[in-house]
Amino acid sequence: MYLTHFTGENELETEDIVEIKDLYLNFYTYDGVVKALDGVSLDIKKSEILGLVGETGCGKSVTSLSALSIVIPPGNIEKGQIVFHSAKKDFDILSLDEKSLAKLRGHYISMIFQEPRAALNPVYTVGEQVAEVYFHHRKEELIKSVITELEENLKKASGLKRSTYQRDLSLYKKMLKNPKSLSLRFYSKIPILRRFQNRMKKEARKEIVELLKLLNIADPPRVFDMYPHELSGGMAQRVVIAMALACNPYMLIADEPTTSLDVTVQAQILYQIKDLQKKFNTSILYVTHDLGVVAEVCDRVAVMYAGNVVELADVMSFFKNPTHPYAQSLLESIPRPGKKFVSIPGTVPSLISPPEGCRFYDRCKYALEMCPKTKPKLVEVEKGHYVACHLYGK
Amino acid sequence: MDTKKGRFAEFKTSMQPRIKEFKFTMNRVRKSPLSIAGLIIVLFNVCVALLAPVLAPPKLSDPFMIPRDASLGWRYEPSPPSPTHPFGTTSLQVDVFYGCIWGTRFAFMLALEIIVVIVIVGVSLGIISGYYGGLVDEIIMRFTDIILAFPSLILAMAFVAALSRSGWTTLNAVILSIILVGWPGYARLVRSETLRVKSEDYVEAARASGASDLRIMFKHVLPNSIYSMIIVVSLDFGTIVLTAAALSFLGLGAPPQYADWGRLIYDSISWSASGFRYWWTYMYPGIFIVLFVLGWCLLGDALRDVLDPLYRRK
Repeated sequence: MYLTHFTGENELETEDIVEIKDLYLNFYTYDGVVKALDGVSLDIKKSEILGLVGETGCGKSVTSLSALSIVIPPGNIEKGQIVFHSAKKDFDILSLDEKSLAKLRGHYISMIFQEPRAALNPVYTVGEQVAEVYFHHRKEELIKSVITELEENLKKASGLKRSTYQRDLSLYKKMLKNPKSLSLRFYSKIPILRRFQNRMKKEARKEIVELLKLLNIADPPRVFDMYPHELSGGMAQRVVIAMALACNPYMLIADEPTTSLDVTVQAQILYQIKDLQKKFNTSILYVTHDLGVVAEVCDRVAVMYAGNVVELADVMSFFKNPTHPYAQSLLESIPRPGKKFVSIPGTVPSLISPPEGCRFYDRCKYALEMCPKTKPKLVEVEKGHYVACHLYGK
Repeated sequence: MDTKKGRFAEFKTSMQPRIKEFKFTMNRVRKSPLSIAGLIIVLFNVCVALLAPVLAPPKLSDPFMIPRDASLGWRYEPSPPSPTHPFGTTSLQVDVFYGCIWGTRFAFMLALEIIVVIVIVGVSLGIISGYYGGLVDEIIMRFTDIILAFPSLILAMAFVAALSRSGWTTLNAVILSIILVGWPGYARLVRSETLRVKSEDYVEAARASGASDLRIMFKHVLPNSIYSMIIVVSLDFGTIVLTAAALSFLGLGAPPQYADWGRLIYDSISWSASGFRYWWTYMYPGIFIVLFVLGWCLLGDALRDVLDPLYRRK
């Protein structure tokens, strides 16, 4: 039942799914205006995994959240566009109203959070929480499948049962046609009469159990009725992934989904994500600071530094030939046995008064005269390998 | 699938975690003697309130008006406890027993009415204020500041006096004034809890999966911020009755001969001047007030032990 939903729905005409164009985002704090994003441009292609790497506070999470048009106060998007290419129409996510955003979030673009147990509401069972996403975005499909089931039952049934089936059938048909009709609202408020909704809940339960099974969760019907505190970290993260995948989104934002898990579970979850990505043909924006993970799962990688994208390349060409000085030192600073530990000298510049030109220049070995004055633009050094550095400009 | 047995089994498995938690809760309650005492006192009060028409059959058209014993005449001096009047009578031969029994019922009605309104107003304003923040928060919180800046009893007295001058019946004036004085505490409590819950990841996750503001507020924030409020509600149940009794005692509440503990004590002020000679006139209503407030306080403490996750698993 669940898998039929996933056949051939992601047929998109365009290459890109989400395109972030020249995004500027400021935080208005008491100390001053923090220029957190300074002209970030990215594109996420159809069914690829794009790794977004950078150190803490460089704007990875802020960038990924703005793809859902979520800005954490006191932040404000100053300039820029985030274009979502859907099958029918392109639109700018940032200029959508709340109602269309509510449809977009979770249905077309969804998100996995870093801390799986914090991402689950402690007062609801796993099933209730996943079902909430189902009822929010896929109610019509649920109703339709209930109707077909009821019609089949009607053929066999007789007597009293038949009349209850008939009543439920008419209610569900009404739900499809006019979900806000008076009689429906009346029925859904009266304790015994509102049992007709149980058919829909049962249908959702069936699909959710199927989905949990797909994520290699042992004994899904039992997990369905568990509370988040009863789950282990890995299991909770799987549930969160199930929630994110419930509506087969075009794009999935994974904000360091494996950081809080131990290494063995981390590997399991990574392969699971990769596996599901292939199965469902979803694009993933994978936010992390772990270059090992990037090498393992991603197709392309974007390196961010202090609110800028400094390098954007294929994973293979990035690890073979890192071009930006920051990316080079980042790769060098991965600790290896038998090698002296290298760190990047200096600290990240204050984003309240960042340098006018390249934000990396005072830590850069190759700094040129023009670096502190003009800001480098992303240029293509190889095919598909972009870098923002004056060393490679013309 | 649709057989009765299957349905029941399904219901049983789906309710399993709740039953387990409920059993644990009951176990916690059973282990602390004070909470048992609180529960017993509250249950006693509930029984008295429910059985009031049986314990003291009403004689007048308004059951909350205490009947006078005409057989004792219009004597002003209270008569001591006797088989016909177990708690004696107060001035003009008004039955104290009747007043205490129906006073319990009245206390429950009063407290329930007030608590329901206060909770609805306080919770909704608190959640809105905490969730949206900014200007809305500022406006609502300054209102609470204004009200909390005054001693609550004095402010309530001022409200009652003002309202009863402008045509309200004194009882309605008491109810409204306690509501006006009481909601800011709840709004603040819920606001602070909302601020805590709002920054949790699951709220963000709910928003990222497309939930609207209203849905987040009432499905995700409210259930997670309500526990401390439940405790305060139970503590306040006693306090509200105490405030109402205090207002009545100051002559601002119930009319004469009304079945209200505070009023009964007010009526016996002049008799308390002569020491313990007319002790029944103020002692019995006093005991009822103390029991009521004590019961709810103990219950509130017990609920804290049971519901607060920090104390619960200790």
